[in-house]
Amino acid sequence: MPLLDQVKNEILYCSGLQTQDIDTVINTLLNTPVDIADIYFQSSHFESWSLEGGIIKEGSHSIERGAGVRVVSGEKTGFAYTDRLELPLLMEAAKNVKAIVRQGQNAHSKINGRQDFSQLYLPVNPLKSLADQEKIELLQRLDRTTRQLDNRIEEVMINLIAAFDNILVAKQDGSWCADVRPLVRMNITVIMTENGRREQGSMGGGARHDYRYFLENDKGLEYAKEAVRQAQVNLQAEEAPAGNMTVILGPGWPGILLHEAIGHGLEGDFNRKGTSAFSGRIGERVASDLCTVVDDGTLPGRRGSLTIDDEGTPTENTILIENGILRGYMQDKLNAGLMAAKLTGNGRRESYAHLPMPRMTNTYMLPGSSDPEEMIRSVKHGLFARNFGGGQVDITSGKFVFSANEAYLIENGKITRPVKGATLIGNGPDVLTKVSMVGNDMQLDSGVGTCGKDGQSVPVGVGQPTLKIDGLTVGGTNV
Amino acid sequence: MQSQEEINRLKNVVQRLLDEAKQQGATAAEAAFSVDNGLSVTSRLGEVETVEFHCDQGIGITVYFGQKKGSASTNDISADSLTETVKAACTFARYTSEDEFAGLPEQDRLATEFPDLELNHPWSIDAEQAIDLAIECENAALGYDPAITNSEGATINTHQGARVFGNSLGFLHGALSSRHSISCSVLAGSNDAMQRDYWYSVARNAGNLEAARQIGEKAAQRTIARLGAHSLTTRQCPVLFSAEMASGLISSLIGAISGGSLYRKATFLLDSLDTRILPDFVQIYEQPFLKGALGSASYDAEGVATQNKHIVVSDGILRSYILSTYSARKLGMQTTGNAGGIHNLTVEPGQNDLNGMLKLLNTGLYVTELMGQGINRVTGDYSRGASGFWVENGIIQYPVHEITIAGNLKSMLANLVEIGNDIDLRGNIRVGSILLEKMAIAGE
Repeated sequence: MPLLDQVKNEILYCSGLQTQDIDTVINTLLNTPVDIADIYFQSSHFESWSLEGGIIKEGSHSIERGAGVRVVSGEKTGFAYTDRLELPLLMEAAKNVKAIVRQGQNAHSKINGRQDFSQLYLPVNPLKSLADQEKIELLQRLDRTTRQLDNRIEEVMINLIAAFDNILVAKQDGSWCADVRPLVRMNITVIMTENGRREQGSMGGGARHDYRYFLENDKGLEYAKEAVRQAQVNLQAEEAPAGNMTVILGPGWPGILLHEAIGHGLEGDFNRKGTSAFSGRIGERVASDLCTVVDDGTLPGRRGSLTIDDEGTPTENTILIENGILRGYMQDKLNAGLMAAKLTGNGRRESYAHLPMPRMTNTYMLPGSSDPEEMIRSVKHGLFARNFGGGQVDITSGKFVFSANEAYLIENGKITRPVKGATLIGNGPDVLTKVSMVGNDMQLDSGVGTCGKDGQSVPVGVGQPTLKIDGLTVGGTNV
Repeated sequence: MQSQEEINRLKNVVQRLLDEAKQQGATAAEAAFSVDNGLSVTSRLGEVETVEFHCDQGIGITVYFGQKKGSASTNDISADSLTETVKAACTFARYTSEDEFAGLPEQDRLATEFPDLELNHPWSIDAEQAIDLAIECENAALGYDPAITNSEGATINTHQGARVFGNSLGFLHGALSSRHSISCSVLAGSNDAMQRDYWYSVARNAGNLEAARQIGEKAAQRTIARLGAHSLTTRQCPVLFSAEMASGLISSLIGAISGGSLYRKATFLLDSLDTRILPDFVQIYEQPFLKGALGSASYDAEGVATQNKHIVVSDGILRSYILSTYSARKLGMQTTGNAGGIHNLTVEPGQNDLNGMLKLLNTGLYVTELMGQGINRVTGDYSRGASGFWVENGIIQYPVHEITIAGNLKSMLANLVEIGNDIDLRGNIRVGSILLEKMAIAGE
């Protein structure tokens, strides 16, 4: 069965709705001119397993379904949703949202996404990819092997989650889009003690795939080894330095720098409203010419990838910064329309109960030509930050932070001692102008990122090669 | 929402879930059903921007087969879906391990008295009126000073909901509650010297909200105060946390003495019961029965009665952990009625208002915003982005940003200097500004 019919069946027909019913609702939304009208249907299955203290401690399952009805006229948006897929409730939602934009005007330009695209992931239900018994055996085996890695391990915690999302978008022109989105994730945290000192290490990964993703190449064990290694390093860590210094960022997940420092500031909504530190700066230099940064939702199977966004627009590989020059913003329909810009497939929403907005997918920097070891050797005194926790940005002032959880001092071109985690702070619009070397070792993260904006969470990816930044403030305690 | 009828409807569903769990072989079960209806309206630059109608419901059930546990939830309350949900929870319970500490609370800990905490005050405001109020709030900000150059808008939020919780020990209770807020966020400055700030008010009763106009003006004042901010040189100095930021500090403390962190040994305050963790003038307790307060509740997330004036810290000594039934059993202790969190946690205020606290700070950093998650709960290591004001001789000199503050929570708390009486009542933690002896500041 074609994907669209399969999803219509899963969401509409099972609830006793026909496509003609939805046409009626759309027509109600369109009885006076509006710019965007759509209905977003969603059916999600989610499960979570957790192991702790050597036992399978929690298992939970959830099913959610519902529909969000939206109408946009100029800058005005009306939105209502229902978790009961019944025609009278959808009609009521339509009437409610329509009342808000009755003074409609057509402020949007005509916009179209690309037509040629293919599925970036298999439409499989990951919850059913392993038998329940196999899931818990996977966790128990991993717990045993992790505990054997180091006798200082005191506690091992493993989480395994899967989500299966069916989405269906009914658009104002009568057309329909559907997507079936699998997502799996595993996380391992270890706590280790030595001489009364206690530290933790954590690692995880995931993809738009099924559970078998973790069986390939024994990924679970790789996460465990990495978590243990981080805890071992942290057991030796001394006070982190405080102040402005040269920082080398490792490849992969440290790309959260790009997500915070420039990514959010390049989302269309902030730039249309002029509230971003990057507003009106297309064509200007915002990074050294070594830097080219993209937001790419088209990478097969990646956590941040989507075949189509939540407005039905196929995702793109969008150049944000090209050789240091700001090239483009990330858009959803509302903002692309008002800015007369191209759609980029970045219209995303947490669920049917949330409005779409411009969001990132997989944001990363293309590789340069420097040898990472040479980059370390070039630093007289600085910090090598190999791994990070989360970050945050104030898009208006441009100030951003991201927190290192594995870092080392560099002294006279050599990595010398591990230091405790510290927050790094900088200014988005100029941090990349201080990038003086870009490594040839570009890596994407392992698939653990979640981005929050306006209270909505969506899965994202980041990546980068090793980067040398000539001056970033390191928030250690050693003044 | 017809109050009692609605509660009865929810109770029927919860009882059905519990009965069904029993039929499917569960030895014990607990279930919750909550509904929430709301309206959210945002105006920007004097025009309505979004109008959102919220309507959420969700049920969740946890079943026990002896010492094995499984959970499931859904937002679909059709008969078929309820049966499927119970079945899913039972299936999961087959695969989880025997856990000697798992299970419902002891019967005698369940709440039996349900005083009216006055948490439900529906706001009869329609979308049109909410739009007008949002515009009034935003206009007050935009018109406050020509330095205000742009806006992220003003938002009116109103929610009313009902929640019923029941378990197979015969507990079945429901309550209605409401929550309303007004917020405003505006910008000042231009190009690479833009600043943004906000202000908000939240209350169970719309009559207790700050006036819309006042919220707009405060947002404007706060934004303008940030103009011209710059970094500081790297140094050590005393730090005053504003009341809003102080509540984050107390929240970190609560996290560190919560059962989950303790039995996992993932806390810098392991084995600290009956030891000094704060200076001797610090008193911290819960007040779950405050009428109309945001964090009030007569029972916790598993039906256990909350304790009036539950003392957490007295004279600087940690007197009680924050425990649920499960974490208490893991630790060989008794639940403190904190499954799901704390209830109006109160840090007893000192004598000084904000001005007095700035005078005590004398020369140092007054922090009004923190960024990032740089807190390691296992070690207490603390390092976060900050902005605020540089203070000399008790007087604010200029705004600062692009700095970090760092230290270790254990010594930060132990060396706390003073607590203000400028209490922020907008959250579940009631605390004034907090002065810390010394932190490391990293900057330009």
